[in-house]
This record gives sequence, C-alpha cells and structure tokens, in this order.
Amino acid sequence: MSILVYTENRNGEFRKPALEALSYAYGVASMSGGSVTAVATGDIPEEKLQVLGEHGASRVLVVKDPLFGHFDPGAFTSMMAQAVEKSQSKIVVMASTISGKAIAPRLAVKLKAALVTGVNGLPLSIDPLTVNRRAYSGSAFARVKLNSEISIITTLQNSYDIESNPVAMTVEEFVPEVAGLPAAVEVLEEQRMEDGKVPLTEASVIVAGGRGMKSPDNWQPLIELAELLEGATACSRPVSDEGWRPHEEHTGQTGKIVAPDLYVAAGISGATQHLAGVSGSKYIVAINTDKTAPIFEAAQYGVVGDATKVLPKLVEAVRQVKGK
Amino acid sequence: MNILVCISNVPDTTTKIRFAEGDTKLDATGVQWVINPWDELSLTRALELKDDSSAGITSVTVIHVGEASSEPTIRKALAIGADSAIRVDSPANDSYVVAAQIAAAASGGGFDIIMCGIESSDFNGSVVGGMVAEMMNIQSVTGVSDLKVKDGSVIMTREIEGGREVVATTAPVLAVVQKGIAKEPRIASMRGIMTARTKPINVVEAVDSEQFSSLEGFTLPPPRPECRFIDADNVSELVSLLQNEAKVI
Repeated sequence: MSILVYTENRNGEFRKPALEALSYAYGVASMSGGSVTAVATGDIPEEKLQVLGEHGASRVLVVKDPLFGHFDPGAFTSMMAQAVEKSQSKIVVMASTISGKAIAPRLAVKLKAALVTGVNGLPLSIDPLTVNRRAYSGSAFARVKLNSEISIITTLQNSYDIESNPVAMTVEEFVPEVAGLPAAVEVLEEQRMEDGKVPLTEASVIVAGGRGMKSPDNWQPLIELAELLEGATACSRPVSDEGWRPHEEHTGQTGKIVAPDLYVAAGISGATQHLAGVSGSKYIVAINTDKTAPIFEAAQYGVVGDATKVLPKLVEAVRQVKGK
Repeated sequence: MNILVCISNVPDTTTKIRFAEGDTKLDATGVQWVINPWDELSLTRALELKDDSSAGITSVTVIHVGEASSEPTIRKALAIGADSAIRVDSPANDSYVVAAQIAAAASGGGFDIIMCGIESSDFNGSVVGGMVAEMMNIQSVTGVSDLKVKDGSVIMTREIEGGREVVATTAPVLAVVQKGIAKEPRIASMRGIMTARTKPINVVEAVDSEQFSSLEGFTLPPPRPECRFIDADNVSELVSLLQNEAKVI
C-alpha cells in the first residue's frame, strides 16, 4: 500500500513540519507494510530532494508548474487528489500547518475520504484505522475511527520526532491537470520572517513573557535567553492585547498552539486559556512572584520571584554553561 | 456584498473538561456555552466592514448547525449586531456532516464572503471551513488575520509558514480566520439585546449527509508531575536540571 505525504518546502528547503510528516508517514507505512510517496512543488534541484529519501520516501513526485509557485488552496487540492490517484494511495499524511489545514479538508471532500486532524501519535490500529487526536484545546484526546476507502491524517506540529530512515528513492516529474479550478489567489505582498528566526510552531525552545514582565521595556533578557537557547519568543494574551508584543507571538487557546521541548513562562500566571495552548510542551519552567499561580501546577520546574530580576540571572547562568 | 459568518457553540473556555457515558461524551453539567472565540472575532470583523460604507456590505448573516438548545448563542450573535440568523436543525457531532449542512444552506443564498473560525475550541478540527469551500466549489484562504473589501476584490492577509502574505481574490470566497482578524470581540449593547429579540432565526431542516469517521471515546492526558521549586538566587541549579535531567537545552 502506498502512503502519500505532502512535503511542503520553501525555496527547495524542507523544514521541520515536512520532515515530521514524512517520518510519520514512514511509521504508518512500516505498520501497514507499504511504502511512502512524497509530493513536492517547485523546480527543486535533485540534491535538495535527497533529504526526502533519507527520511523514508521511496518515490517523489515533483510538480514544477509555476502555478504551484505560490499557495493556492483550490489548485493544491486538485493537484493532491491527482497525486493520490497516480500513486494509488489509501492514506494521505500532511502536517497541521496553515497549508495542511487549508488542503486537508478540501481534499477529504474531493476524495470522499475520512479526515482526522491534529493527530499526535502513530495509529492505534491500521485496520480499522484508529488514531488519537487533540481535543478540547489540549484538555483531552479523542479516539477516532476512520471509515472510508481513503483516509487523510494531519499531524500535530512538534509531536512526532524526525527520524532517519534512508531508503532508495526515485524522482519523477508530475504534471497535474489544472482545469476547472476556483478563482485564483493572487499574492500582492510578501513579508518573510528574518533569516535565522524560528517560527513559533516549529521552535524547540520558547521563552514567553506575561504581564509580570511589567513593561515592554523589560523584554531584553527574555529575547537574549531565547537567542541563547536558539528558540523563539512568545507572550500571553494580555501582553499582545496591550500591544507590548505583536499578536503573532500570542501563545494560548486563541493564539498559537505550541508543543516545544521547553517552554519558559516568565511572569505568566497560567490562565486556563493560556495553558490550553502550551500544555503539549514537554517541559514547562515557570517564573512567577505568586507561589499559588496555576502555572506552577502545569510546570515541572518553578522559580518564585520577579521575572524581570530572575531572567537576567538565568541568561548569565545559561551563558556560562553554553560558553557564549 | 453579503457576508455569512459560521458560528459554533462551545463550552466556555474556562470549563473544566469531564466526560460522561463511558468517556464517550462531554459531561455538560454546569457548562456555560459561548460563541466559539474565533467565530466571535470574525463576526466582529464582518460588522466592522458593514459599518464602513466604502466596503459595500449590505448584510451580515450568521449560520449555526445545532439543536434548539443552542439558540441563546445565536441570539447573542444577533445582539452583537448580525442582521439575521440561520439554524440548521441537526446535531453537530461530525465535521463533514456540519460542513454539508452549511454548504447546503448557503448555496444559492447570495453570500459573497463566508467566514469561519480556524477551529472550534472544543473539537479543534480546523476542518469545517475548507470542507464548505470545496463542497461549494469556491476558493478558500486559511489563516486569515485581516480582511478588506476593495473595488469588488477581497484582500486578505494570511499567515504562511515563516511569514505573511497579502492576497487578493474575487468573491465568492471562504475565509478561515484566526487571531488578529479583529482586535477584541464586539460586545452586545443594551439596544442590541433588545432588537435581537425580534430579529429572525430561520430554522432549516437538515439535509442527508454521509459520515466518514466516528468518535470512539475520549481520554484525559496523564497528570503532570508536581512542580520542583528552585531558589531564585540559585538559577544555575535550574540550568543544570534542564541540561542534565530534562535534557532540553
């Protein structure tokens, strides 16, 4: 059986979400005795595709049509449906990124496929296909059975480790039909993240500040700590509502849902809505003046103290062990 | 232009989640039901556009798939400012079924912009909006944090991995919106609450729909271990724990 995986790339670079989804697809293929076909868009040089073979793709379909040079959900859905047909796949895997969230539901309708999103581990069973997914904003998991000939799974970001699974790989160009698409999406303007900055949903380490940081002028040690740990900065909802930090940095139920290895919550009391967005973190460190704050119930390590005073000391201590 | 805003009825975001009937259903005892936070923000943005005469928005309708028990949530949307509401009389247990109901009710309704929240805070599916668009064969844009109407085009800011894009498309279009679409949810005024009582809720019968997945049950995550406190004057101990015990730095 073929497992089809959509591996998103940016200028030929396959980033963490794509490699997580690919590793997951390989895991499903190992359980079901199949192999993995990956779909990639763009005129990507062959050496940049090698990374897909290193992570378990035995076949890669490359779509070079410039129509797929920017993200058009209608067009990408049609292309993926044709890739499913071409590879005769029964299971489709993609990451729960914005583009995964845009394609997967449309594709499910087009193929009359069963869809389950936000999956955080390999299937509990292959036949019938049953998986656990995140529900109630991280307060629970729902066990879902998929009852269709074709199934689509989207994987929660940062919840499946990238694995090295080198296999022999073939690459072929794939030319999908592009007729009958809905109105095109035209890109007017593009704002890229600065080089070297990690998107919040991909970051292994996140340092977040709350109202206990007292003022936007106190953010420097928090930014320094994030940089030292090669992580990203985030904030609680009141901080983004006040305009101290941009709303893209808001982690919590209505902001970004994150699951880093380490989440440092500085001056965040830990309202239910905040915890809902960060409870998937492997380790939480809380720094807060109030020992009874709910954040300490979610944290493995706690420091009772003023975040604006503790953070500079933490930066110093990390600098020493990292020798930076 | 006419805007349709999809509204989901969800437990208040501070609800302590418990399950009943052998962990197959939410224990709804004492649960307060509210408009899904992202849907509330998209309703707010739709009303802001209607208030701005240059956008040319004539009406804002809300649609909800659910049983009669969710009417207080629909009334709240009307009180905030929606002109009218549609309720499709069907339980909302499956994303595909819900999408099929919205697509059927919206087709032929003359809606130019359909707005859906990026997920519901209970099921977290991120599914219904995209499905509705495909069922209606219209374009969709996901991760929208700003939406404007200019010279008949719909201009949206969307998030992509590692950045943002401003995109344009023609109506009809479905926007799956996220944080940023409106600053804060609009609150119903006393006058709004009064007029909402007389605004129409059009109850439509459910259409037959297939269903491709089934919920087997829920589990709660394992409890977190107790917090270990480290003295604020000894943060090097914390660094050592993160390095040697947790192995995360």
